[in-house]
Amino acid sequence: MSFHYTTPDFIVDRDERRCTQCQICVRQCANEVHRWHERGRKVVHDDRKCVNCHRCVLTCPADALTIRKFPNEYRANANWTDHYIDSIYKQAATGSVLLSGMGTDKPYPIYWDHLLLNASQVTNPSIDPLREPMELKTFLGRKPDALSINDGKLAEALPPQLELDLPIMFGAMSFGAVSLNTMTSLARAAERMGTYFCTGEGGLHRDLYQYGAHTITQVASGRFGVHPEYLEAGAAIEIKIGQGAKPGIGGHLPGEKVGMDVSLTRMIPEGSDAISPAPHHDIYSIEDLRQLIYSLKEATEYRKPVAVKIAAVHNIAAIASGAARAGADIIVIDGFRGGTGAAPLRTRDSVGIPIELALAAVDQRLRDESIRHQVSLVVAGTIRCSSDVVKAIALGADACYIGTAALIALGCHVCQNCYSGKCNWGIATQRPELTERLDPDVGAGLAANLLKAWAHEIKDMLGGMGINALESLRGNRLMLRGIGLSEKELEILGVKHAGE
Amino acid sequence: MTISNASAVAINAQGLYYKELNEKIRAALAAGAATVRVHSVNGQRYIGTGLSGNASLIVEGTAGNDLGAYMNGLTVTVYGNGQDGIANTMNAGTIVIHGSTGDTLGYAMRDGEVYVEGSVGFRVGIHMKEYQEKVPVLVIGGKAGSFFGEYMAGGILILLGLSGREGHPIVGDFCGTGMHGGVMYIRGNVEEHQLGKEVKVVELDEQDREVLGKYVGRYVGHFGGDAGEILDAPFVKLIPFNKRPYGNLYVGV
Repeated sequence: MSFHYTTPDFIVDRDERRCTQCQICVRQCANEVHRWHERGRKVVHDDRKCVNCHRCVLTCPADALTIRKFPNEYRANANWTDHYIDSIYKQAATGSVLLSGMGTDKPYPIYWDHLLLNASQVTNPSIDPLREPMELKTFLGRKPDALSINDGKLAEALPPQLELDLPIMFGAMSFGAVSLNTMTSLARAAERMGTYFCTGEGGLHRDLYQYGAHTITQVASGRFGVHPEYLEAGAAIEIKIGQGAKPGIGGHLPGEKVGMDVSLTRMIPEGSDAISPAPHHDIYSIEDLRQLIYSLKEATEYRKPVAVKIAAVHNIAAIASGAARAGADIIVIDGFRGGTGAAPLRTRDSVGIPIELALAAVDQRLRDESIRHQVSLVVAGTIRCSSDVVKAIALGADACYIGTAALIALGCHVCQNCYSGKCNWGIATQRPELTERLDPDVGAGLAANLLKAWAHEIKDMLGGMGINALESLRGNRLMLRGIGLSEKELEILGVKHAGE
Repeated sequence: MTISNASAVAINAQGLYYKELNEKIRAALAAGAATVRVHSVNGQRYIGTGLSGNASLIVEGTAGNDLGAYMNGLTVTVYGNGQDGIANTMNAGTIVIHGSTGDTLGYAMRDGEVYVEGSVGFRVGIHMKEYQEKVPVLVIGGKAGSFFGEYMAGGILILLGLSGREGHPIVGDFCGTGMHGGVMYIRGNVEEHQLGKEVKVVELDEQDREVLGKYVGRYVGHFGGDAGEILDAPFVKLIPFNKRPYGNLYVGV
């Protein structure tokens, strides 16, 4: 056995009295934690390989398994915590960049939890959504400066719009990072619930073209799988400039994940790395961004809205203003707590700003410049529940993207090892024996249920505020109050403190 | 728009905004034109962008940015220079430029052929990729700027150096940085300091000679010249050291 400087992260606790040696755990764990020991005639395990994804725990028919945090700690030290010491051992041994999956796990402020919603009392009474119609319908796209109406009809055609039955879409997760069954689940759920899913930058698998009316196709710096048919296939096109989990960093799908299907969809050879550099090497200015936006509009004859996705960074308001002026119909802002299949850890945990502050700043800036109507705002980066959605809408968002929440609905246990390609829940993997664990029919039901439940809750909260259409809540910050926030935070969020 | 016969259409681009011009081109193609000749072009963008089919497009004047972007089929011949972003993410087809072009020619181009008689700007042939039977080819008669073939993942870049600015090297710096697929053939010599650290120089073999002969032959077919004479000079072949240049960069936490 080789020597390690670090202890395992987790400890596998097998209750030998309950274990029947059935070896289901051996077959379930792609990390090869559990192993049949032939001479000892029993299942043994290697704690060091465990990522605490709970797959073995939940599939053990005898309830014999528990995973616990490894109990040993270093001598208490507020500066040199376990994380920093272990990281140094790892980097000293490998000379490599630390990599992680999912959004940051650091305890940064979550402003959703410092915002409170209003409710009606006595005057302007609340509305009961169980018996009154409530409108969640959302249109994303450029709105005209003015409407001219002839004989009760619009005189000029509206710019292309996405029509959503509820203000939640499934955010970009590429084929390669996630499995085809994952994408199929989300595509079907989007279709069922009247919303959209975004392909991410890995192209659109042939089997998913049938969901084109509920698809947003993405174009990123690597241009994987981008061709005229792909651009035509979706209802809108999203240009990926940045991602909240790794602003300023590109994408890199390792060759191990580029099997036949991913190769066909991305249109690159099997086994080759799919590298998306941080910048689009043809975009160095707002004018260049405009050129890409309009090349996509030209290619699709101005029939589809074009979105630009940017990471929430320090100058986000000016950047969003530039994107709007470059011709974006929709701006997607991804906050720094947003998820990822793989990101350099230090970037993930240190770069960018929270989505709540970014959203408030962008909405205000676009209003100040009188161009808010020219773009729709979609926000992403830890939308965890329906009240996060409602607060985002009140802060100025038109709709939200969910990524991690959708994956959790499909069974993800947030173990942060998406980059390994060994996802035991069959989500962030391309290995057939793992991907088959997620049945897209079941997955579609789970993801659709999540949206259904959130839509009910959103209607409840809207009704409570005496509002019967989501449109009346958009940017209505009077419906929000801050709690436990500084003057400056309140100023940026544009909300009063609770009690004011 | 003058329709001379059912299959050949001429369009005067003078004073037309690109959107209008491209609508006319699309309309002519939709009406069944086999050849569309656009004259008096003065920098209008997106000509041929997103178009599919087998038609022929003749551009007289200076073609604007993103000529033939996402193009799928078609043969575009430009009598004049081209600006930036030509053949951006092109999926199939042929573009022949009787002149020089600007930056990012052939960005992420996946298939088809582009021939440029003169020189090209910076970041040309970057991100080119190949896949199955799709192999994009760029043949440049003159010289190229820096970052030639950066992040190249597939395809063939041929740089001939037959013309171009006096006293300038045939290719700028950082040639092939991040390259992880495909091949470049550069006529003459490339200084080592101009190469990205992911590429290496190797000897040409018989098969390389065949590839060069084929595409230089086509270049000469478009622009004239003596293929034998061009091919007689020594060529440098550049390929990536590794299909996985960043394979060992990361460790999981």
